Amino acid sequence: MNKLKLVMIGNGMAGVRTLEELLKLAPELYDITVFGAEPHPNYNRILLSPVLAGEQSFEEIVLNDLSWYADNNIRLMLNRKVVAIDRKKRIVTAEDGSTAEYDRLLIATGSNPFILPVPGNKLHGVIGYRDIADTQMMIDTAKTHSHAVVIGGGLLGLEAANGLKLRGMDVTVVHLADWLMERQLDKTAGKLLQTALQERGIHFRTNEQTEELMDNGEGRVCAVKFKSGDVIPADLVVMAAGIKPNTELAEKSGIPCNRGILVSDTLQTYDPRIYSIGECANHRGTAYGLVAPLFDQAKVCANHLAQLGFARYQGSVTSTKLKVTGIDLFSAGEFMGAEGTETITLSDPIGGVYKKLVIKDDILVGACLYGDTADGGWYFRQVKENANISQIRDHLMFGEQALGDAGHQGQNSAASMPDSMEVCGCNGVCKGTIVKAIQENGLFSVDEVKKHTKAASSCGSCAGLVEQILISTVGGAADVKPKSEKAICGCSELNHGQIRKLISAKHLISMTQAMSEMGWTTPNGCSTCRPALNYYLLSTWPGEAKDDPQSRLINERVHANIQKDGTYSVVPRMCGGVTNSSELRRIADVADKYKVPMVKVTGGQRIDLLGIKKDDLPGVWKDLGMASGYAYGKSIRTVKTCVGSEFCRFGTQNSTQMGIDLEQALSYMWSPHKVKLAVSGCPRNCAESGIKDVGIIGVESGWELYIGGNGGIKTEAGEFFVKVKTAEEVMEYSLAFLQLYRVEAFYLERTVHYLQRVGMEHIKKAVLEDEANRKALHANLLFSLSFLQDPWQEQLSKPQLSKEFDRIAVVQVEGEHA
Amino acid sequence: MNWLNICALEEINVLGSRIVDGPKGDIAIFRTSNDEVFALDDRCPHKGGPLSQGLIYGKRVACPLHNWQIDLESGEALAPDVGCAHKYPVKLENGRVFLQLKTVTECA
Repeated sequence: MNKLKLVMIGNGMAGVRTLEELLKLAPELYDITVFGAEPHPNYNRILLSPVLAGEQSFEEIVLNDLSWYADNNIRLMLNRKVVAIDRKKRIVTAEDGSTAEYDRLLIATGSNPFILPVPGNKLHGVIGYRDIADTQMMIDTAKTHSHAVVIGGGLLGLEAANGLKLRGMDVTVVHLADWLMERQLDKTAGKLLQTALQERGIHFRTNEQTEELMDNGEGRVCAVKFKSGDVIPADLVVMAAGIKPNTELAEKSGIPCNRGILVSDTLQTYDPRIYSIGECANHRGTAYGLVAPLFDQAKVCANHLAQLGFARYQGSVTSTKLKVTGIDLFSAGEFMGAEGTETITLSDPIGGVYKKLVIKDDILVGACLYGDTADGGWYFRQVKENANISQIRDHLMFGEQALGDAGHQGQNSAASMPDSMEVCGCNGVCKGTIVKAIQENGLFSVDEVKKHTKAASSCGSCAGLVEQILISTVGGAADVKPKSEKAICGCSELNHGQIRKLISAKHLISMTQAMSEMGWTTPNGCSTCRPALNYYLLSTWPGEAKDDPQSRLINERVHANIQKDGTYSVVPRMCGGVTNSSELRRIADVADKYKVPMVKVTGGQRIDLLGIKKDDLPGVWKDLGMASGYAYGKSIRTVKTCVGSEFCRFGTQNSTQMGIDLEQALSYMWSPHKVKLAVSGCPRNCAESGIKDVGIIGVESGWELYIGGNGGIKTEAGEFFVKVKTAEEVMEYSLAFLQLYRVEAFYLERTVHYLQRVGMEHIKKAVLEDEANRKALHANLLFSLSFLQDPWQEQLSKPQLSKEFDRIAVVQVEGEHA
Repeated sequence: MNWLNICALEEINVLGSRIVDGPKGDIAIFRTSNDEVFALDDRCPHKGGPLSQGLIYGKRVACPLHNWQIDLESGEALAPDVGCAHKYPVKLENGRVFLQLKTVTECA
């Protein structure tokens, strides 16, 4: 079969990123040709400033060297500017006459510097600041000339000014607006920045307009004349007054443009065969000039080029970081503040620190930081995730550390960590190693960092910290997403939420069907996606979807908990922590018979038999004659209880019986992550109900329910949910909440994280306010559970399942074979 | 070297494994979704986890202890991890699985 032909015009970061994403999704779909006007392979344009400043070399900022193109069978046409697109014949033609046919065309021509329409703008020595050639010319000019004028005090202009100053030139920045970087900073921060740069010897003329660039008589610029009449010497004029999308070719070919090539949410132009992304594209009125949104676009565009057709680009929140060594500046979102917003400001002009946070309806919508940007990445994440900050508002200004120890999730400020500090405890990787890898290899995502450094590649608990380091190193270019938007794993582009929706909408009930319907790129998934898919199928279609034991991790497959030496631990069910002499006697007999090395009382009020060999498991179960305690699964674990009103002199309610009833009702329940409950008989709370997924506390007048508690890596107290009167209500409300969690949470999301993601309001609406819905949820959970039975007894009653446990002895020796 | 007649292919679950009592310790026999079979020492090069208990996908198994990914064909751990589980010659004939007990030491 002939492959489809894909032609890309433009060889920059956005375009090549699209190809990389596409090759991941559909490596064999296209014959790819790339036309680049520059004589270089794809390089990291945002690192031109460090090259100008002499901090990096050109070789260091190349992202894809020539061998990358060769390895991926991409025909690379360097130094060839495309001048015509024949949309009828589907052929593009370059300046030198070379042509290429296409089935799909991707226009990624980027942008051109905006050259002021003033007399003298074509003189020698007047340049934009756009590519490596401009950069080289600036470096060369700095060796022979002394006066430079930069027109435009935005991000690019200031980086150019700083670089030229470091190269020994006398630099003046001309800026039309009142303060520098007026699109990224508010006035106060802009003025602070100006002061800092003035201290480095850069001159500024704000509120100034250029009238003319003057000729030295030989066709080279020699001075700049302003509207005010002032004239200053200039051997080099760098135009950095903005960029304009490079749409010349598209317009000539009749593709509708309006300050950019108009594209839809699928990055398609009006010609459905032609896509456009990057700085040349106008999406919903915005042509993005920063790299992070372009990478978002690249993902979506690749998804459609790969014929998957489900991704959608809906715009990006952007953040800015100035790459001038020694000046810390960060802004994100709507930092200016507008009607309906509130602003929190911290200003220390002497210390050179200024912070402004903009809040709208209890959500952080923007941040502007100067001098201390350690929390920039954290604020940026709050903005992107639309997180409700009402709870932390008092501390918000003081950054993440003010919120207390956030465990290993990495919400410590990465920027202030010393290079020698260990980040990944599993693989012994320090911060310095990670930063070096990011800079040297041009990394933008946590996955890339994992591959290059091993950091966060084992247990993954430091992934958040690695993400912080990434953000503090490359700023807004970091390819970070809230977990809810991240793809499930490398096997699919879909995120957990999309998968749940598709399984429900398409009535998917088997693993093979799910993988083929949802376009899995691997034949049988991986150890990350298969357990999740299996859970989603079972929880969405109880009774219809068939459990796939091979897609469960070993603990859930053999209903025991694997230990470091490959033996297993066995915990029989002991509802509410209540047992009797007969059960204890059988447990003791089993401990003797199988020479169990350790018998231990667990935190969940039951007894653990540790060190049992796998092939002994069926025998142990048979001799115990008890049900599985599910101490190994993403499932119901235990309901911990205190003795309650039956014996305790303080007890107000029969918490023990309540706990037993709950545990029996929830028997064999699979869930997105482990689920623990507790019932205490009075507010003294001896069963520790405050740190359980569902915690119940008996009071004189009834029961209080708390949800979302957690005693794990970071202790979280449960939130008060509701107060009810009767035991029947406790049952109904608890089960309804757990069913909501079962069908809405993402796999491996504990109730606390689920609660943080969807918000208490959502849960209250679904369970408390809507009685019919609560009863339906309760009934649905009971329906789901009706298909399940004790796995130990099931295993014993079905001999065909025993091959999982039997070992093979070497039985027969055959003759020599070839 | 002798080929040992181990079991019928059907006695191994698809995407499952069995453990053979080897002279120098357990040997894990894996069956992929395409009915290919592979044999490796049942010890992860990382911390000795029993690979036979891992989740199998494609031609890989994920160790049950710390999720190292091991290539079934070579026994090598996937980058960024480094290590190797010794592999054994194994073949399928008339629906039966045959194994040789001598390791092929191709581990780097």
